[in-house]
Amino acid sequence: MKVKTINRSSDTYVPVRNTQESALPRNLNPALHPFERAREYTKALTATKMERMFAQPFVGQLGNGHRDGIYCIARNFATTNQVATGSGDGVIKYWDMSLRQETASFRAHRGMVSGLCVTPGTSTMISCGDDKTIKMWSVKSTDFEGNDDNEVYNQGQGLVKTYLAEHSLKGLDHHREDPVFVTGGALIQLWDVNRNNYILNLSWGADNVNSVKFNRTQTNIVASCGSDNSIVLYDIRTNTAIQKVVTSMRTNALSWNPMEAFNFASANEDHNAYLWDMRKLDRSLNVYKNHVSAVMDVDFSPTGEEVVTGSYDKTLRIFRTREGHLREIYHTKRMQHIFSVSYTTDARYILSGSDDTNVRVWRTNASDRLAIKSARHRSKLEYDAALKERFKHMPEIKRIARHRHLPTVVKKAGEIKRVELEALKRREDNDRRHSRPGSKPYIPERRKHVRGTAIKDDGEK
Amino acid sequence: MGSHERPNTEKFERGTLKKHYSKDKKLNAGLKKVDRQYKEAVRAAAGTDILLQEEAGFLEAEGPMEKTFKFKQNELADAVDQGTANKKFDLKLPEFGPYNLDYLRNGRELLLVGKKGHIASLDWRKGAISSEHYVNETCHAIKSLHNDQYYAVAQKKYTFIYDKTGTELHRLKQHIEATLLDFLPYHFLLATAGNTGYLKYHDVSTGDLVSELRTKLGPTQAMKQNPWNAVMHLGHGNGTVSLWSPNMSTPLVKIQASRGPVRDLAIDREGKYMAVAGMDKSLKIWDLRKLSEVDSYYTPTPASSLDISDNGLLSVGWSSHVTIWKNVFKNKQKDPYMNHLLPGSKVEKACFVPFEDVLGIGHQHGFSSIIAPGAGEANFDALELNPYETAKQRQQQEVRSLINKLAPDTISLDPNVIGTVDKRASSIRLGPGQIDDIKNNGEKKMDIRADVKGKNSALRKHMRKKRQNVIDERKLRIEKNLKVEKDARQRRHREFKGIPEEKDLLGPALARFK
Repeated sequence: MKVKTINRSSDTYVPVRNTQESALPRNLNPALHPFERAREYTKALTATKMERMFAQPFVGQLGNGHRDGIYCIARNFATTNQVATGSGDGVIKYWDMSLRQETASFRAHRGMVSGLCVTPGTSTMISCGDDKTIKMWSVKSTDFEGNDDNEVYNQGQGLVKTYLAEHSLKGLDHHREDPVFVTGGALIQLWDVNRNNYILNLSWGADNVNSVKFNRTQTNIVASCGSDNSIVLYDIRTNTAIQKVVTSMRTNALSWNPMEAFNFASANEDHNAYLWDMRKLDRSLNVYKNHVSAVMDVDFSPTGEEVVTGSYDKTLRIFRTREGHLREIYHTKRMQHIFSVSYTTDARYILSGSDDTNVRVWRTNASDRLAIKSARHRSKLEYDAALKERFKHMPEIKRIARHRHLPTVVKKAGEIKRVELEALKRREDNDRRHSRPGSKPYIPERRKHVRGTAIKDDGEK
Repeated sequence: MGSHERPNTEKFERGTLKKHYSKDKKLNAGLKKVDRQYKEAVRAAAGTDILLQEEAGFLEAEGPMEKTFKFKQNELADAVDQGTANKKFDLKLPEFGPYNLDYLRNGRELLLVGKKGHIASLDWRKGAISSEHYVNETCHAIKSLHNDQYYAVAQKKYTFIYDKTGTELHRLKQHIEATLLDFLPYHFLLATAGNTGYLKYHDVSTGDLVSELRTKLGPTQAMKQNPWNAVMHLGHGNGTVSLWSPNMSTPLVKIQASRGPVRDLAIDREGKYMAVAGMDKSLKIWDLRKLSEVDSYYTPTPASSLDISDNGLLSVGWSSHVTIWKNVFKNKQKDPYMNHLLPGSKVEKACFVPFEDVLGIGHQHGFSSIIAPGAGEANFDALELNPYETAKQRQQQEVRSLINKLAPDTISLDPNVIGTVDKRASSIRLGPGQIDDIKNNGEKKMDIRADVKGKNSALRKHMRKKRQNVIDERKLRIEKNLKVEKDARQRRHREFKGIPEEKDLLGPALARFK
């Protein structure tokens, strides 16, 4: 007779001392784990509910804000915790995000601050305004040490240099490495930091340029959008414009994708934001719909995975770059029309500047928390994320994950807009139905808003 | 770990992979990624096999003359190590028998209940009694709930829930005259059946009666859960076995399993096979995936108790014998694996101990624990069921399992149906209310009505009233119209079912002159 039985020694499994961890042997045989799918689904559902329970997107505001609406936000790309903001009364402020306090504040311009950026390397920021001046400011606290805030504020200390322009300016951006910056306005001009006058005029027939942006990867490319509904691309190496596209309504802001150098997003007056490929501007790559008023600003996350838009409808919406539906919508009772949005350089927070004079800090992921997490907690969060991804199409999970409370005004406006769009579509369909087949072709949504490009594919102008 | 091929990955596979995806490139890339991850996971899981610490037991005969079923328990006890030999013991309880029993899911606690009202719970490995009390009324069955803290007892009229110390916590007044108990641990459902012919599900975490199902098949003779999909299998007096889920008022499946009343049944842990014993002395093995009979055995007297161990041993208690069969699901066996006799004491219930090579037998004069090598799963998963868990771990596990409690309406024959696309027609898939919703939203389609509907219309009434032999113009017209309508209906029905139109073979009579 040959016989063997299971005989476990309890010493292997039961800890001898209190301080010892008890052994937890695993056996991955599926027979020991029944209801795998149902249990995972339940866990995914719980995780989704927990995520919504912990969703607290609003972190706070920076200091006491400004005294007028905030129209530009510029981040310091060298650090994660410093940003600059400019407001309607000509004041610019430099903020420490970790303290949520201002480190410098200057009365920079008479009238609005219309462009702001933090220069790379040197700790200065450049601002431009309606008063036809461009000013460079030091943000090093040593430059104005010993003076109290009032003094700095009034005396204009910290001013490094002033450039005089011939027209009021709108939009400003600095080159990633070289000491040059570009300004918009009646003309689009390239300035050298060390010279007093502009070095290049790039204008191509636009009435007024609203926003200019340097590409931060292909660093010699500049994009601008103007009040003649155009988006124009320039190359500063050849001192020429490359391409111009005219859309059906005005573009308010631009943002380059930091990871895919040839893609950029535009915020449009027609309630949508668009994703473009600069090589092929006769159609956009994606349309970010859902706002119920003009989109005033757009910003790419540093990973290039997400886009945040701020709108005149007083909401802030986050879209995944390649997806059609919005991921998140943020609003508060007191927030007014948003004119500027920006991700922080670590992509964890979003800043919004609005008409109500406050700079608000939002979490990129509403349920994310800053506190250091244990390895166990982190793996749990990763596991939950995987489960949520796996079961995201299940009706109940989808419902809970997508549900957002909206202000009545926005909700109502959305409903009205939907009805209007449906009516338009119905009318178009009816039109098509009663015309000769093929005479009224379908125009894809991504092409609808494009009026045309200046340079066609075959090179003819 | 999952980067290279490994042997023995079949055990960890879940279904087969698709060869062809859709035409959508983007979707394809995503699906391929999912498949790659799945393959890696399977290989990684197969790679953990070498880390398993324990090996399963066995009993083998040496030489052609030896038979494993001839070995007596005493001989086995001498041959095995002392730790195992200690697990063979007898409790002589002659007064309150016969004894029914239940083991906790991790195999630690043993619950005993005598027909005449003796209830005991004990840590059988230590031989320590946790509680013992007498209820002075008939007790039919006992079942431990999600951990060793609570158990339910089916008594003369009501079912009661006791805690570990034997304190009565609840009297379940909805469960009248239950004789059979079972507990679905992942759903926290206590299922009872008995003389009333009702199957009732009680959620023990909320205290709600989830559903009561009328079997309409008289007193229930046997009840076991399918541990793989939580479907309850009920054996009835007319020899049928019916499969129930709490959200269906009719059985999911009905099987004619034996000619006489069903005595007992058992299902293996992966829900693939079912053994059914009948009053006609038959013992049949069923494949639950195909719902077909695999093999048939017989017992000298009708079997009273069946159980299937983790490793697939089948114990059959009949009269005062217990026979253990091995490999019955693979092929037809000539000889049993083991035999055990309890002289002069009828077997009431035999249960394998989870994660041990031990079989517990409740009988007329008490309880016996015998050695059954190769019965138990050698390697437990401590995050699932841990025989060595501490009080702290038990508490945490309780909370965790309550958070992950499965909804009763997820119970279905295929446990992996969640998250899949239901490809059936909406008329089958949806309830009446949901169908109406869809109809009101979407376009209205022409309904295909069953022929039975509207049979008693005013027109037909009129037709019936008319005398049969009188033929007038109106009658002819009506008959013709009715025929046209009927043809159209049938044509639509054929179209709906996708049956091609039959061509008239001969064609009209005058066609030949064309």
